[in-house]
Amino acid sequence: MPAILNRLRPYAMIAPALVVFSLFYLYPIGYMIHLSFHDWNFISPVKTYVGLNNYREMLADDTFLQVLRNSALYTVMTVLLATGTALPLAIWLNRKSAFHAFVQGAIFSPHIISLVSISLLWSWLMDPEYGLLNGLLHLFGIGPLQWLNDPDTALISLVIVAVWKSLGYNTLVFIAGLQSIPPELLEAAALDRSKPWTTFRRLILPLLSPTLFFLVIINLIGSFQVFETIAIMTQGGPINSTNTLVYYIYEYGFRYFKIGYASAAGVILLFIVGALTLVYFRMLSRRVHYR
Amino acid sequence: MSMNNAGREASASGASGINRRIDARRIRAFLELVLLVANRACMLLLVCAFALPFAWMLSTSLKTLPETMIFPPEWIPDEPVWSNYAVAWRSGPFFTYLLNSLIVAIGILALQMLTIIPAAYAFARFRFPGKGLLFGLVMATLMIPAQLIFLPVYLMLSGWKLLNTHLALILPFASSAFGIFLLRQSFMQTAEELIEAARLDNAPEWKIMLRIMAPLARPVLVTFALFSFISHWNDYFWPLVMTTNESARTLPLGIAKIRETEGTATWNVLMAANVMLAVPVLLAFFAAQRQIIRAFVYSGVK
Repeated sequence: MPAILNRLRPYAMIAPALVVFSLFYLYPIGYMIHLSFHDWNFISPVKTYVGLNNYREMLADDTFLQVLRNSALYTVMTVLLATGTALPLAIWLNRKSAFHAFVQGAIFSPHIISLVSISLLWSWLMDPEYGLLNGLLHLFGIGPLQWLNDPDTALISLVIVAVWKSLGYNTLVFIAGLQSIPPELLEAAALDRSKPWTTFRRLILPLLSPTLFFLVIINLIGSFQVFETIAIMTQGGPINSTNTLVYYIYEYGFRYFKIGYASAAGVILLFIVGALTLVYFRMLSRRVHYR
Repeated sequence: MSMNNAGREASASGASGINRRIDARRIRAFLELVLLVANRACMLLLVCAFALPFAWMLSTSLKTLPETMIFPPEWIPDEPVWSNYAVAWRSGPFFTYLLNSLIVAIGILALQMLTIIPAAYAFARFRFPGKGLLFGLVMATLMIPAQLIFLPVYLMLSGWKLLNTHLALILPFASSAFGIFLLRQSFMQTAEELIEAARLDNAPEWKIMLRIMAPLARPVLVTFALFSFISHWNDYFWPLVMTTNESARTLPLGIAKIRETEGTATWNVLMAANVMLAVPVLLAFFAAQRQIIRAFVYSGVK
């Protein structure tokens, strides 16, 4: 008898975690896919099966296509800026001194603050009439800019906020990556009188590529799910110029009660996140393979 | 020309040559100092890009309403208006919000500890059929964000009559794939001899886990606890979706709601509320900067 108990023990230890994951992560995904083939307003007792109608309706909806475009544009700009500037910053700030630790802490600080704080703060900084940003631009004779109020600049304004929030995190992850490079390699390069740029391109960048790749994927997935800044700062406006996927799903689910339609949009997001995740694990396993 | 002159003079007189070399060294040292100062100045400028918005938040929170409507803006209010904080605090049931935030963040953390320690221990220290598959399943949930599954989970919780309760905010996060991953790494590094010795002493398995393994993994547990607490303390999305009733709402929702109760342009009151939300976290951050940075950056370093 105790032998059987011993065999069952590891399963019992994992069971509580697995129950949580199955109930709140795996099952809901199946449920969402199921709902996406139905028409339901949340109140009516019947869910009508409509096949692919929700998807057809969605792909014919100009707003949805704009939402996809906004999400893609926001994501590409955020990822390029937030990882592209973090790497040079990391190389610049990669020193172990109290001063450097202070600078690193300062640029990291927005990462641990609630997005509510950040959204409210930046709404005020970007206020077209009395905001600090226009005040600073005024010193250089520029402006005033309309920031979030102008459909042409609203999305870029949100990108600025996202970059401000994630730059420090990205930089610190890069610094951790830089510090994991064996110092002997860098010393060898210095002894060979390798030029800094060559050292960077031939030695540092290849060794840092897993970190770079991790950051790009994490930032891509994160940016596709942007919600808080949009809900608080723009509500998707003006004229849908900042309406993105998660906000769109939220509105259709909780404002228009079109549960099936919102679920179909959720499935699209699932595909995007799933594809990115697959690419990530593919690249990871390939890297392990070649080593 | 001058180079030539310098060379001739140097060869003509040894003593002045040495002087010149000292001069050159001094000039180089001076240039290096200038570069260092310029470098540090640039870094301080970078710090300003992050410190100024917070300073602006603080400054606005102490202004009168007319003082917020001056362009170009001024930094120092004539007389600090502390009552903005009282107005913000009284604009909603903030004590309830605060309590809810604490209950949710601590509740999540407690349940996570209960579920991740045994799971990580099993994945690190036992061999059993299906282990790879189950671990893969856990890791897959690492990539499923709340923003993807909120709608079906909302419907489920609504069916169970759990909306507007603390449980709706706690249960979905009762375990953490990230926590299991971190802790498993740490458990795998514990010396085998320690466990063997304990097993020879006939110590029961749960005792080995709690008395030997968990204390050894304490730094990782602290790291994870910081990560978990801060993330859920700050969360806006999940409580927004799962609650409509003030009695179950958390601090970030309460702060965001001031815009509706006090008007969208009362920036002085809004920033006072914002200071109350952000400054405790910022203070905690500067008190435990290394630990907190490690907690958030950990996942990026393999």
